[in-house]
Formats: sequence, structure tokens, C-alpha cells
Amino acid sequence: MNDKVQTQAQQRHDALVEAITEAFAGQGCEVVHRLDEVTLTVPRDKLIEIAGVLKTDARFGFEQLIDACGVDYSHYGKSEWVTTASSSSGYGRGVTRAETSAEGGATRYAVVYHLLSVAKNQRLRVRVFIDDEYPVVDSVVAIWSAADWFEREAFDLYGILFDGHPDLRRILTDYGFMGHPFRKDFPLEGQVEMRYDPEKQRVVYEPVKIESRTLVPKVIREDNRYIDEQNNQQGGADA
Amino acid sequence: MPEIRNYTLNFGPQHPSAHGVLRLVLEMDGEVIERADPHIGLLHRATEKLAESKPYSQSIPYMDRLDYVSMMCNEHGYVRAVEKLLGVEAPIRAQYIRTMFDEITRILNHLMWLGTHALDIGAMTVFLYAFREREDLMDCYEAVSGARMHAAYYRVGGVYRDLPDQMPQYETNQFRSDADIARKNETRQGSLLDFIEEFIGRFPGLVDEYETLLTDNRIWKQRTVGIAVVSPERALDLGFTGPMLRGSGIAWDLRKKQSYAAYDKVDFEIPVGVNGDCYDRYLVRMEEMRQSVAIIKQCVHWLRENPGPVMIDDHKVAPPLRGDMKDGMESLIHHFKLFTEGFCPPVGEAYAAVEAPKGEFGCYVISDGSNKPYRLKIRAPGFPHLAAMDEMTRGHMLSDVTAVIGTMDVVFGEIDR
Repeated sequence: MNDKVQTQAQQRHDALVEAITEAFAGQGCEVVHRLDEVTLTVPRDKLIEIAGVLKTDARFGFEQLIDACGVDYSHYGKSEWVTTASSSSGYGRGVTRAETSAEGGATRYAVVYHLLSVAKNQRLRVRVFIDDEYPVVDSVVAIWSAADWFEREAFDLYGILFDGHPDLRRILTDYGFMGHPFRKDFPLEGQVEMRYDPEKQRVVYEPVKIESRTLVPKVIREDNRYIDEQNNQQGGADA
Repeated sequence: MPEIRNYTLNFGPQHPSAHGVLRLVLEMDGEVIERADPHIGLLHRATEKLAESKPYSQSIPYMDRLDYVSMMCNEHGYVRAVEKLLGVEAPIRAQYIRTMFDEITRILNHLMWLGTHALDIGAMTVFLYAFREREDLMDCYEAVSGARMHAAYYRVGGVYRDLPDQMPQYETNQFRSDADIARKNETRQGSLLDFIEEFIGRFPGLVDEYETLLTDNRIWKQRTVGIAVVSPERALDLGFTGPMLRGSGIAWDLRKKQSYAAYDKVDFEIPVGVNGDCYDRYLVRMEEMRQSVAIIKQCVHWLRENPGPVMIDDHKVAPPLRGDMKDGMESLIHHFKLFTEGFCPPVGEAYAAVEAPKGEFGCYVISDGSNKPYRLKIRAPGFPHLAAMDEMTRGHMLSDVTAVIGTMDVVFGEIDR
């Protein structure tokens, strides 16, 4: 299905990878072309410079920012369903919950931008890794106006700060909300619950009463069908 | 001389023309808007976080509840992203069914938009007309999935089941006469495809009917022409997609430019506006409904001629048939594994977008090789549209705010997620 469309897309993407490799050589970027999508990982201090080129340079022409979102990588690749020491009583597997702890490090967070060029009909994903201690990245609002609310959302949900954003407020959570709910160490059921108190005649916040449950544990299977792909992925081309 | 000062007006969150729960804080100079600050998130349910805590297939019903007037298009965006990650492709018949239901959904959405938009700025009748037709389309949803709105019909690897041979009929009851029931069942004697064919046969005439009420209507034009003009450059910069972008004169449609499902096998046109105002966006959406009819017609024709499977035959992804499970051990194991644990896609990330009725609906999925998405980001088309509220309403009158909300076709299920 869509064979012609796919070969055309393939050619466009190959050309895009070449152009990016040429334009940003020696800036510490990394380009990966996988699943028909091109991903460019850029260092934090080069983001604004590279984003400006991606928008204005005729080779790229990414005039549209389709999406920007935060990612918290602190539980990446960690299974909840682990084998404990085998015992004579039998069942030796249990769910380990890692939700209260999250590892920091230089690549805990990332901001992922999805760009679209209407003129050249191509897409690009740009990723910036941010450390846990100082989660700040330059705002791209001056380059793409659409980034305004997307960055507010990433700030609200992940606590990533955007330097130079004109109006960095919370956007999706409640007025007076505490914490950043999409971080992996924020529990799914939240920390407070709200109800109307007839005695106090106002709405009150209390610690949540529901207990967290794991219905289906997160499990990572070694799948032989995917081994080749994973090996290929590790050798990403350096730009 | 009294002191003249600007004042701040609170609009919503519960306001009939806010299309859900939108709170707008408007800074007014008399009746002219100086600044609009939308407060959103009153319907935030953390769909993305919920999806991170359950296997891939269990998140499909959540997608219906995002943009709750274009349900199947949301499912399509999600299952396409997961299919891309897994490297599987739905059978051709499923692709045509998805194309047909995407277009049915587009008509459903545009009818809802047309009715409420017109109601907001003073035309009552269109709303009633539009909801009459929506009823028939929701019957198509019901016939195929069992649910009128939240269908969960698209699955990873295809669709839940093939189109039914018999359209469900009304049953006799004490509240309606037998003659009335017989009249209602007249179009439901054949299969679902017969019913859809009958509908698309009369639907272009009904679109004409809506147009006689609005297109040349003096009041309608006074309320929409020249309101909230967006230039093509600004539309691109603000991240507009769908009819909002096409209304500004940019012929961008993912169905044509980055074709998916069976859209490269059907003929249709992309309507484009000229002035980028509310009236042009209205005309674009009206024409899109006519184009949807053309697409549905081609799909119905193809689906009649070409029977075949609607789900891939890979039981690592798609559950085996119920019958096979009764006497096949392997099928039973597959079923058990799929429904207790789900499938594990390879490590990687994928972004897949569909042209939803409101614009580009995209899903960005990161997999760390486990049975749950590590991160799911839903790119809702209404989100950047509403972000441009301030720019679009600035300098307009208070009454134009409802026209702007209407023309953006906002639905808070997808904006707040």
C-alpha cells in the first residue's frame, strides 16, 4: 500500500539527513533515520541557533512547529515485573513499584519538537536532553509562535523551564496545583483529592484515599524478531 | 467628567457558546477586546499519563473521549502510531473501512460544528437540521461497533470486525405507531453499505439546504465576513492545521500530501479559502462535507466488490478468533498473553498523524520495549488553534468572541486531554 508515496518519502528523508549532516557538522548533533522519521538530537546550548536555521534555510524550510512536548526518561527501560529469588513456596515473581523514586542525571528530561515543512512536505523531530538538576532550555517562541502553549504545557507537566518564554504559567492543571504530574515519580492517582465540605462551606483538599494498584505490570520481553533492529539503532550516525 | 477605565470580563467556564469548559479572561475597552486570556485544563484527565500505565490496546477507548465529536479519527491516529512502531500494516479492506469511517466522522464533526457555530451567532434552524443527519451517521457507528459515539472500532492491525450484512432496525414499541416504525425502517432493510449509500445519495441535497439558510444570508455574512482574519504566514507560524490553515489559502491536507489508509486510491479535491476569515473557513468546511461524500461513495463501491480479512493474521498483535480458541491450544495461549500482558513493540519512537476533521491529530509514542507506551503525546489540533485566541480576537467586539470560538471548532476533550 502507498508504495509510491513511501519511496518518495524515503528519498526526501535521505536528502534531509544529508542536508542536516552537512549543515550542522561539528556541532555535536546526532541524526537518526528510522521508521521513516528523521530525529535530530541537538545540544542544549545550540538549540536556538539550529532552530533558526531549520526555519529559515531554504534546504529545510520548517515553517511550522507541529508539536513540542516534554519527556521524563527516568524509568526508561525499567521493568516492574521482576523475578525474585525462587522459593520453595512457588511463585517467584512480583511487581516492584518504582514510582516514588526517579533517577536524575544529565539526560533525565528531554524536550521533543516535531517540525513540519509545508513547502517541502517533510517532517523532522528535534530532541534536546536536559539534566535533572537544572532543567532549563531556551524558549523557541520567538521562532515559532505555536511554541507558546506547548512550552507552557511542558512546564506545567514536567517542570521544565523555558528561558525567554513571555508568559510561563501553568496551563492544564488546577489553580494552585503542586508538583509536576507527568514526571515519572508523581503517582498516577495524584497526591490530593478535592471535595466540598458542608461544615466549612467550601472546597477542601485532602491527601488521596485511593491506593495505587498495578493492574497489568510493565514488562519488557526479549523478542528475537526485533534484535536486528535494536543492534542497528545503537549505531546512529554522527553529524 | 467620570473616569474611564478598561475592565476585565470573565467569560465561562460554563457558558453555552464556550463549547465546553473554556474560561476566558477578557480585557475590554468598552465593547472592544484588548486582550483575551483563555484558561483551559478544566477537563484535563491526564489521558497521556493513563495511557502510560496500561497496555497499548487498552488506550484505544480513551482516544474516543479526546475529541468526542470525531471519535474514529482519534483512534486512527493512535493505532497508526502503534502500527508504525510494530511494523505491521492493516489489510486493504480494513484500510478502506477506516477511510470510509474517517469520512463519516468528518461529516459528523462538521455537522456538529455547523449546528453549534450557527446557533452561537444567531441561526437556530441549522442546529436542528444538522442533528437530524447526525442521528443517521451515529446509527452507522452503532451498526458497526455497538456504540453510537465511543466506538473503539479501530484496532491495532485492522478493525474490530467486518461491516454487518444487516442494518439494525427499530423495534415496535408502545410509544410509536407501527406505521411510524415501518417508515423509520424503510432505509434499514439491507446491509450497512446500503444504508450508507442511501444516506450519501440524499446528503448533498441536505448540504444545499444548509447553504440556502446561511451562505447568502445577510446576517450570517455580517457576523462572519472579515472576522478573525489570519494571513497564511501567521497561520503557519501559529501551528494551524486542517480547515483553519486551508481557510487562509494554503492547500495542505495530509490525506493528499502524506497519504495514509486508502486515501491515495480515492479521488477528491482540497477546498481552499481566500481571505482567511470566518466566512471562508465556513465555506471550506461545507465543501469538505461534499468531498467526504465523494470519498465515501468510492469506498462503498470498493467494499462491495472486494471481500477479505479486516484484521492481520499475526496473533502476536491481533487476538485469534473465538472459535479457534475453543479447540486450539496455541490460540488460547495467544489470547491469554494478549489480554493479560499485551504486545511489546520494539524499542523506538514513532509519530503518526491523520487529517482529523479539526486538523492534524498526531500521536507520538515512545517505546522502551515494554507492553505499555513509555510516553504518549497526543497532538490535538485544537490546542494551537485556541492558543491563537488572543491574536484572533484582539480589536474585535465582544460578540465576535463566540464567532471566533465557533470558527476554531474547539472541543475541550482534545484540548485539555
